[in-house]
Amino acid sequence: MAGHAASGAAGTGYRGLTGPLLLPAWAMIGIFLLLPVLLMTLYSFLTKEFRGGVDWTFSLAAYDRFLLSRGLFGDEPPVLEWTYITIFWRSIWQAGLATLICLIVGFPTAWFIATRPLHSRALWLFMITVPYWVNLLIRTVSLRFLLRDQGPLNDLLIGTGLLDSPLRIINTNLAVQLGLFYSYLPFMVLPIYAAVERYNFALSEAAADLYASRWTTLREIVLPVVRPGIIAGCILVFVPSLGAFLAPDLLGGAKTYMIGSLIEEQFKGSQGNWPFGAAVSVILMTLVLIVLMVYARARGRAEVR
Amino acid sequence: MDEVVAVRRVVKRFGAFTALAGVSLTIGQKQFFTLLGPSGCGKTTLLRCIAGFEDLSEGTILLEGRDIAGLAPNLRPVNTVFQHYALFPHMTVAQNVAFGLKMQGMAPGPRLKRAGEMLELVHLSGFADRLPSQLSGGQQQRVALARALAPSPRVLLLDEPLSALDLKLRQAMRVELKQLQEETGITFVFVTHDQEEALTMSDRIAVMSAGEVRQIGSPREIYEAPVNRFVAGFIGETNLLPVRVASFAGGMARVVLPGGHQLTCPGAQTAPTGTPHVSIRPERMTLVPPGSGDLDASVERLIYLGTDLQVLARLADGTALHLRMQNSARATPPGAGSTIGVAIEEGAARLLAD
Repeated sequence: MAGHAASGAAGTGYRGLTGPLLLPAWAMIGIFLLLPVLLMTLYSFLTKEFRGGVDWTFSLAAYDRFLLSRGLFGDEPPVLEWTYITIFWRSIWQAGLATLICLIVGFPTAWFIATRPLHSRALWLFMITVPYWVNLLIRTVSLRFLLRDQGPLNDLLIGTGLLDSPLRIINTNLAVQLGLFYSYLPFMVLPIYAAVERYNFALSEAAADLYASRWTTLREIVLPVVRPGIIAGCILVFVPSLGAFLAPDLLGGAKTYMIGSLIEEQFKGSQGNWPFGAAVSVILMTLVLIVLMVYARARGRAEVR
Repeated sequence: MDEVVAVRRVVKRFGAFTALAGVSLTIGQKQFFTLLGPSGCGKTTLLRCIAGFEDLSEGTILLEGRDIAGLAPNLRPVNTVFQHYALFPHMTVAQNVAFGLKMQGMAPGPRLKRAGEMLELVHLSGFADRLPSQLSGGQQQRVALARALAPSPRVLLLDEPLSALDLKLRQAMRVELKQLQEETGITFVFVTHDQEEALTMSDRIAVMSAGEVRQIGSPREIYEAPVNRFVAGFIGETNLLPVRVASFAGGMARVVLPGGHQLTCPGAQTAPTGTPHVSIRPERMTLVPPGSGDLDASVERLIYLGTDLQVLARLADGTALHLRMQNSARATPPGAGSTIGVAIEEGAARLLAD
């Protein structure tokens, strides 16, 4: 032991875990991370069993179905299948919009909290996280009740004479956006808060001192310096929004069908198609991974420069 | 006088706390002007008022005759060197230095050229493409200087810029700062709590305490002719002796020292309030045989300081006195407990206003 500690560079002896102490970490990563991903990838290359489940023979049918159309009876020459690409595109668009709205609302919120006196910040942060004590499913269902045609919101609007007939929110894009926004806003607020709290306000004074207006200071100094927090927040909102199925399922309609719902359906009852669900998941994950890698490389380059 | 900055009866309150209690002063063209005082005296607040980061509660500030009290910081032709540099971490050294010029609308070509010149001025030519985080504290300090000087401000404000540097670097930077000020001809307003810094660099010093200016003058005036007990005690070492004023006229006083000896000494223009004191610097007194000087004292302790010996003594009435004698083979130091006579150089004693 002593020899081992001495052989390491200064400090590493206190940081590194060795031998059996690493077991929980490896077990955690193996069982909950690597194994599910491997299983999912494996299933995406298997054959669909009639009543759900899989038949253990290799098949590319799931990916074929995603990308290509061979007509109603499967006997025409293959052409590009747009159904699922459209769903993907719509999901990306919805998740992007939700991320943008979360950013527009979340940045000033985070800024506000980070600039309060130290003792009240904890209270504000606490209030941001309070809704998370209630399960996401319950919150989304509640939102459905609030927004429906005969719900409290419409009762209020009609009762106060603002509207004559109920506002149709449920089953629209607006409802899905509201659901996503409500679900993921804190994931935007918290990382930006952490970045703004570390921000040295003397930098803003220095910019003002060097003739920068308030807007210029925000654009040239504040935003670039807190950018890591903003990007972290955007990733934390965009990625789960992309795969979300509760909000589109419960609040949206046929026109707001998203990837999450598509995947969910493949694993439900005898109508499902496990290999196809797995394949869509693999494609989704690959897409997210590509986005993150592009960002990581861009950031790496920026830091070298 | 060619005044650049005129501070007129400025009051600044933070809630119930008064940081500046009616400060008035003028700063002349091309001056190295220092605001000196202990922490909490209001010197930094005054600097921030001139920069525009604090609103005034009362009074006004003129810059070249123009009232700037209501102007936002970005509309004032003054630049600041911040205590902890406040360099923009995501910009290179050159981009930092060029930022003010960019904001003034200078084209990329000329502003990068000017940034290069400024970096040359602070001896950082090879560092243009580095990020601030890749520089040492002293180098960051120079970048902050170059950045603030690049737009050729009417006044450069420096907020304890040397306090974060180690002693060696601080001493070297003092000389450089002074040189830079003389080369550029820009008026410097320098905030510090370090009296040595103030004495070595300044043309004029304003000594502040508790939100008020206690004395303004050249380093020599501040050191040799302090007008009150605060200034006498804050700048350098001094002896404060309680005296009785026999007569006072036109800034000259006849005072009676403890022990009865009389002395004529210059003093403040106003008659002292409260118990009158005179201030005498330790190096302006000499040891003489007992009874032949202005004071008699008994030696309590000798402290060896290398070049000097410090003699700690006490007068018959209990007043502590310290003086210095050169560490030389020709002078025999007095033994502890012995009685010595103390002669005060002519003009060395100053009657203080409070």
